[in-house]
Amino acid sequence: MTALTRLSRSWTQLSASERREALAGYLFISPWIVGFVVFFFGPIVASFVLSFTRWNIVGSPQWVGLSNYERIFTQDPFFRKAVTVTLKYAAIYLPLEVVFGILIAVVLNQKLRGIGVFRTMYYMPYIVPKVASSLVWVWVLNPRYGLLNTMLGWFGIEGPSWLADPDWVLPSIVMMSLWGVGGSAVIYLAGLQNVPAQLYEAASVDGANRFQKFVRITLPMLTPTIFFQLVLGLIGTFQTFTPAFIAAGRSGGPLQSGLFYMLYIYNRSFESMRMGYGAALAWIMTVFIMILTVLVFRSSKYWVYYEAERKRTR
Amino acid sequence: MMSRTGHLPRLGLRGLRRFNNISGYSVLMVLAALFMIPLYWMFSTALKSPQQTFAIPPEWVPAPAQWSNFAKVFDEVPFARFYVNTLFLVFANIVGHLVSVTLVAYGFARLRFPGRNVLFLVMLSTLMIPYHVTLVPRFIMFSKLGMINSYWPLILPAFTGSPFLIFLVRQYMMSIPFDLDEAAYIDGANRFDVFWRIILPLARPALMLVVVFTFIDVWNDFLQPLIYLTDPDMFTVSLGLSFFQGARETNWNLLMAGSVLAMIPPLILFFFAQKQLIGGISVEGLKG
Repeated sequence: MTALTRLSRSWTQLSASERREALAGYLFISPWIVGFVVFFFGPIVASFVLSFTRWNIVGSPQWVGLSNYERIFTQDPFFRKAVTVTLKYAAIYLPLEVVFGILIAVVLNQKLRGIGVFRTMYYMPYIVPKVASSLVWVWVLNPRYGLLNTMLGWFGIEGPSWLADPDWVLPSIVMMSLWGVGGSAVIYLAGLQNVPAQLYEAASVDGANRFQKFVRITLPMLTPTIFFQLVLGLIGTFQTFTPAFIAAGRSGGPLQSGLFYMLYIYNRSFESMRMGYGAALAWIMTVFIMILTVLVFRSSKYWVYYEAERKRTR
Repeated sequence: MMSRTGHLPRLGLRGLRRFNNISGYSVLMVLAALFMIPLYWMFSTALKSPQQTFAIPPEWVPAPAQWSNFAKVFDEVPFARFYVNTLFLVFANIVGHLVSVTLVAYGFARLRFPGRNVLFLVMLSTLMIPYHVTLVPRFIMFSKLGMINSYWPLILPAFTGSPFLIFLVRQYMMSIPFDLDEAAYIDGANRFDVFWRIILPLARPALMLVVVFTFIDVWNDFLQPLIYLTDPDMFTVSLGLSFFQGARETNWNLLMAGSVLAMIPPLILFFFAQKQLIGGISVEGLKG
């Protein structure tokens, strides 16, 4: 409301030519405004209303109050499973992604001839369509004929049955996702290349070794990138769908050990056509992600380093 | 690292550099092997006969190589159809994004209007909210419009832009000097002329990014085609591949041949647009 009144007040203060410019501006951005209303804001509101109904899309929705939420929190074992699986995955995958992403970026940041070829090779798995890469990994992880167990066999190790073993489903999917870590490594690489060289020179003069330089200069200067990647990664892990669908299977694999939250939403909404229940599940997840994101943002002042000058140039 | 420092003086500067290079390359090689081996495994399996596929120990280089597998994929499933379908969707989405993203980015970058900054922030914040809350209502909306099992749900949203791409292009357009606009206005150009004749041609590198990102996103998308498409004749490559898996659990050689075929278009694009792509990702990385 206040925003609207402020808007109308500033509108009356505009000159004729400024008004023409403003009208043109609204016209130019109108495609996005339409999209925002029709494909984003409208659906979000609709999804909230839907979450209080029971509806299988044929017929008309039936108002059931809070009963979807009540059922989800008190009687739905799959909900608990899906939350556990997704959180566990996020807790294993996100730290590994940061660590490997940075390590690979450091390796790629060397001034060596032909480094571009290596960068291409590391990045390539990230380009492979998710369905194809998941299928490749299902085959690599095949307990009997798969590549991984064959290679483990060379060292006399009998590999687990990976995607057929409830204990190994999550580690398998973590491994599959880490194969695409080249995508984030490239982002960290850009971050590394933005670290001013004089910082390292000054540290060398002070007699710092490579490890000290990494911990005292590189890591702090990378924290904005890490922060950015963590926020996006958090949202991304909760949206993990394709690898779970292909590798664990539609219903979530053995003992639902690969029942990612998104997969569960898909199953409820589009396999059993329970639109209201699916909408409630989606809302719970959205609120949860927003809380997590706010927490990460809040925590950022303790560990993210912003140089005032870099901030201004941005 | 600490223990090594003792030997440094004796190695000399050139020796040290060579040592660094050798250790640098060996780490690079090991990592390259880790990333490439699954791809090699996919490709070699794609060239195997069923017997070779299930050989123990596995054949590393299938002899003879069954190149006919790639033709078989086209016989067993309507893979050519999937290809054409996906290319059509990619094309339609690129057109949609090019039209909408450039218009909106231009509005945000070069025109002043009340509420511009607030609206821009609103747009950026939509990047932070997971799209899956909108999934169910969107599905209902499209099904009430009778658009299930059509390409409309997969195309229409593109004509309203994409917040991320709008952000990218807007940043690029901000860097074009404003003197150009003013000179054109003095010459009697209107706003659309400026957009069409001055800003768009200068923003070509950013538009390349729009094309590349859209191509890869649409080609790789799985969830949306899965939800909206029911007729196998309309399937995309990713969707068709997943059904191929369900139908022929054991034909790993053909499934891998299909996967190779699925990754060829994005890979070709990647090789052509590598510079822009990795450059564009760096922009994304700086956003934080």
